Amino acid sequence: MEPIEIRFNIDWPGFSLAVDELLPGRGVTALFGHSGSGKTTLLRCIAGLVRAPKGRLVFQGKVWQDASTWVPTHRRSLGYVFQEASLFPHLTVIGNLRYGQKRAPADIPAEQRVSLDQAIDLLGIRPLLDRKPDRLSGGERQRVAIARALAVSPRILLMDEPLAALDLARKQEILPYLERLHDELAIPVLYVSHAPDEVARLADHLVIMDGGRVLASGPLAATLARLDLPIRLGEDAGVVLEGRITERDTRWHLLKVDCGGVDLWVRDTGVPTDHPVRVRILARDVSIVLAPVAGTSILNTLPARVLSLGEDAHPALALVQLQAGQSTLLARLTHRSADHLHLAPGLPVWIQIKAVALL
Amino acid sequence: MFLTDTDLQSIWLTLRLASVVTLILFLVGTPVAWWLARTRSRWKGPIGAVVALPLVLPPSVLGFYLLVTMGPNGPVGQLTQALGIGLLPFTFWGLVVASVFYSFPFMVQPVQNAFEAVGERPLEVAATLRASPLDAFFTVALPLALPGFLTAGILTFAHTVGEFGVVLMIGGNIPGVTRVASVQIYDHVEAMEYSDAHRLAAVMLIFSFLVLLALYLWRPNPKNT
Repeated sequence: MEPIEIRFNIDWPGFSLAVDELLPGRGVTALFGHSGSGKTTLLRCIAGLVRAPKGRLVFQGKVWQDASTWVPTHRRSLGYVFQEASLFPHLTVIGNLRYGQKRAPADIPAEQRVSLDQAIDLLGIRPLLDRKPDRLSGGERQRVAIARALAVSPRILLMDEPLAALDLARKQEILPYLERLHDELAIPVLYVSHAPDEVARLADHLVIMDGGRVLASGPLAATLARLDLPIRLGEDAGVVLEGRITERDTRWHLLKVDCGGVDLWVRDTGVPTDHPVRVRILARDVSIVLAPVAGTSILNTLPARVLSLGEDAHPALALVQLQAGQSTLLARLTHRSADHLHLAPGLPVWIQIKAVALL
Repeated sequence: MFLTDTDLQSIWLTLRLASVVTLILFLVGTPVAWWLARTRSRWKGPIGAVVALPLVLPPSVLGFYLLVTMGPNGPVGQLTQALGIGLLPFTFWGLVVASVFYSFPFMVQPVQNAFEAVGERPLEVAATLRASPLDAFFTVALPLALPGFLTAGILTFAHTVGEFGVVLMIGGNIPGVTRVASVQIYDHVEAMEYSDAHRLAAVMLIFSFLVLLALYLWRPNPKNT
């Protein structure tokens, strides 16, 4: 898939956006940043809801915007999910779904076409079809909004913090559906978020934004493991590893996951054995010892090598980048401990991982 | 007979005038209301003020200017004469034109408020669902603003029924052509026919009350339409 070429410059009073990037044409790309970082405005520029002067946008070989071209939003082959569900209140759920579906251009190739039934089943909203939006819960509304965006058979799905307006329980209700989208749809997804846990679960590629600029852009695992990230994730600093299940221990309800040459034991959540999995290891859950310790409750102890040391948000804390197998991990410890252990690049150590979250 | 033939004639004329004016204002007022609701132009203020003028101007002032403009030496009068329509004052269509101006804010303001309440977001959603701006106007903005349209229609109709000063200036008092109910009551009073005036006035009073009652009781909810 061709990358998406974007170049936008906006200079409004109190806000500016200057972006010149190639975004991957497949998988889920998270646009991550604090509020006011310009990520939503960037998404709106891509959708054509905001017209950045002198911008340039090329999607799958089609120029959507340049000096002489402007394709209006309704002629761009995209689906858009807003932060609040924004369902049409005068239409039922099925009316909302049909609104976009019947306006989808007739020349969409069959293999790209998303049928109404597919969209309904993918989001599990069949029991809701005859209801009016005001008779739905917040989570149901957002699921309908996502199904509605899919039913136009878009070539790209743009999602603007679709979970931000929901409480934790509703979030947990929707995340599995978003993961299904990730697994089952071939179209690229641009996902705006300020929540590290959503990014860890869903993204393949990470674009970090601040002050209207792109600070970092790269594959998720590599980008998260960078020590020089200009925004501090604090408690959320950590890495995401892709792996496959190699053993299922039914006695202790544990799974052995091979993540790039590193074997990790995680709680068995019931995922099928042949399913690729993702684990998240937070830097605060990783500690360093110079030799393997006997008599510990910690399940995952691995040999590793120090790659480099960096600063964390608090002056007392250091972030240590470590190599274990082919994977890069982060550990957070105090500068005092790092000094005490004489940590330096190249030093062989053992790491103890207190918690591994299967995503 | 409760009402005289001329009374009935004046009521029929009044209803015909109010219907025609309401219909025209739906067509003319909606684009103006749409523009006022969505524009960021610096002309929004001045145009909005002009639209609201009939609310504060004495009807006689408005009627006077319209009479001059549509009269034989006025620009509109010369145009209508050149087009072979003749002069508009003291005709039914002259009344229609005057009433359209007079009732303009009663149509534009509720519709403008309704469009403003709909906001930008539903139209953006419609655009991402591949609806062209015109399509989105008819399938999203209009249905969502429907309560505003009903209010505007009722107010415009009722206000046109109730006008007097402008009618007198532009239409005069020609039976079956420009003698509407309010003028007919005035005639009755002038002629000391107080019982006739009473009957027609009572009809007007009940009609006006019922219209307003309908307006206040029946607040359509766009979610259930």
